[in-house]
Amino acid sequence: MPILSLDPRVNRLQAEEVPAHQPPVLIPGDHWPSYQVFHQRRRGEKHSSVGIVHAPSLEIAMAMAKEQFARRGETSNLWVVCTADVLEMDYADEEVFRTTPSKSYRDPAGYKVNDKIEAYKARQSNL
Amino acid sequence: MYGGGYVPAGAEELKAPAENPELLAQFEERIARGEKIEPRDWMPAAYRKQLIRMIEQHAHSEIIGALPEGTWITRAPGFRRKLALMAKVQDEVGHAQLLYSAAETLGKSREDMLNDLINGKSKYSNVFNYPAETWADVAVIGFLIDAAAIVNQVANSKGSYGPYCRALERICYEESFHLKQGHSVFVWLATGTSMQREMLQSALNRWWEPIMHFFGPSDTMSQHTETLMRWKVKMASNDVMRQQFLNMYVPKIWELGLSLPDPALRKDESTGQWLFTEPNWDTFFQVINGNGPCNRERLAVRKVAEERGAWVRAALRRADARYATPLA
Ligand SMILES: [Fe+2]
Ligand SMILES: [Fe+2]
Repeated sequence: MPILSLDPRVNRLQAEEVPAHQPPVLIPGDHWPSYQVFHQRRRGEKHSSVGIVHAPSLEIAMAMAKEQFARRGETSNLWVVCTADVLEMDYADEEVFRTTPSKSYRDPAGYKVNDKIEAYKARQSNL
Repeated sequence: MYGGGYVPAGAEELKAPAENPELLAQFEERIARGEKIEPRDWMPAAYRKQLIRMIEQHAHSEIIGALPEGTWITRAPGFRRKLALMAKVQDEVGHAQLLYSAAETLGKSREDMLNDLINGKSKYSNVFNYPAETWADVAVIGFLIDAAAIVNQVANSKGSYGPYCRALERICYEESFHLKQGHSVFVWLATGTSMQREMLQSALNRWWEPIMHFFGPSDTMSQHTETLMRWKVKMASNDVMRQQFLNMYVPKIWELGLSLPDPALRKDESTGQWLFTEPNWDTFFQVINGNGPCNRERLAVRKVAEERGAWVRAALRRADARYATPLA
């Protein structure tokens, strides 16, 4: 017996009640692989990672990305990249960057010469 | 939208295997410092399991939630309302996509999640097992169910799992449009003709119990709940969220001269807490277990959609497609 609904569209489906012990309807891969989406709001700004879409190809991933990540607000450009093509660093290796913030010799702030200049000027005027 | 009405697992189901104490300590310290957990990080099995279950239920609630409102797209009163409702329903399906991806990063495929939805193994928010009988139901859903969902989602967006928080950030932004457009329809009907007001009042009366059910029964503060709160999986108790909701939205209903079908409902000014009649929790569990007015319809529609779309997906599928777990 098809499901009886208040919604005429559902009645037109003639959908049957899902039997108990329903075998899987979907098999692995049915919903396609995933793509990472990068979004640029305006020209001149950078593209940023915004999420993923599932698609059978780059072209359809792009169509999905437009619907999913650009349906409101401003968009100038999108990139899609197949997730399987991305090389991901292991978070466990995060440690190797721990000392970077303290590498003052790489920072403009690591070079302070004002006291030297001031001391030099003082010495000069005392001559 | 609808993280609310989350159906927790029994403690037995989530019984944690013994974890490496050193890794567990590092994991808990990271969360205590306010840092996020990312997909490939070490995490306790119980954390992974609970999150998959929660995000998956949330995703199911989004696509199933699109059904009662979708019913009214063809019959929306006027072009602008039709555009708004189409946009809102599309957002909900988009939310499901974002959430399925977030759950997928934890190792369960989208296909398996949808299979478990169709075979009834995994749940979705109870409110979507009720029909939208009139246009006023669309007003009540868009305004009050989305409002309740926002309370829940804003809380969850401060949780510990990176991909879930990122998905919720985008979702919460879109929900605020849902709430605004729902409130607009609600106010239009409330300030309209006497027939419109009556239609809205009877929709409110029908929906009040499901709304009171939305956040679930009072939490029992078990060891299990405590762990989930420490891991920032559960961010606020059901009662706290229900109180927040009542406090923000009951006044917005009353100011329009509408009533709610609970004579005991009032704010105790001395404690700041809302008093109300406990909804019938028997009904709540009956509906969760498949006996609500629309459970059968919702699952049948979902199954038909997957089955009748199968040939399209198969025609587009490429033999050399490679699967990789989404990064974020
Ligand atoms: Fe949503
Ligand atoms: Fe919503």
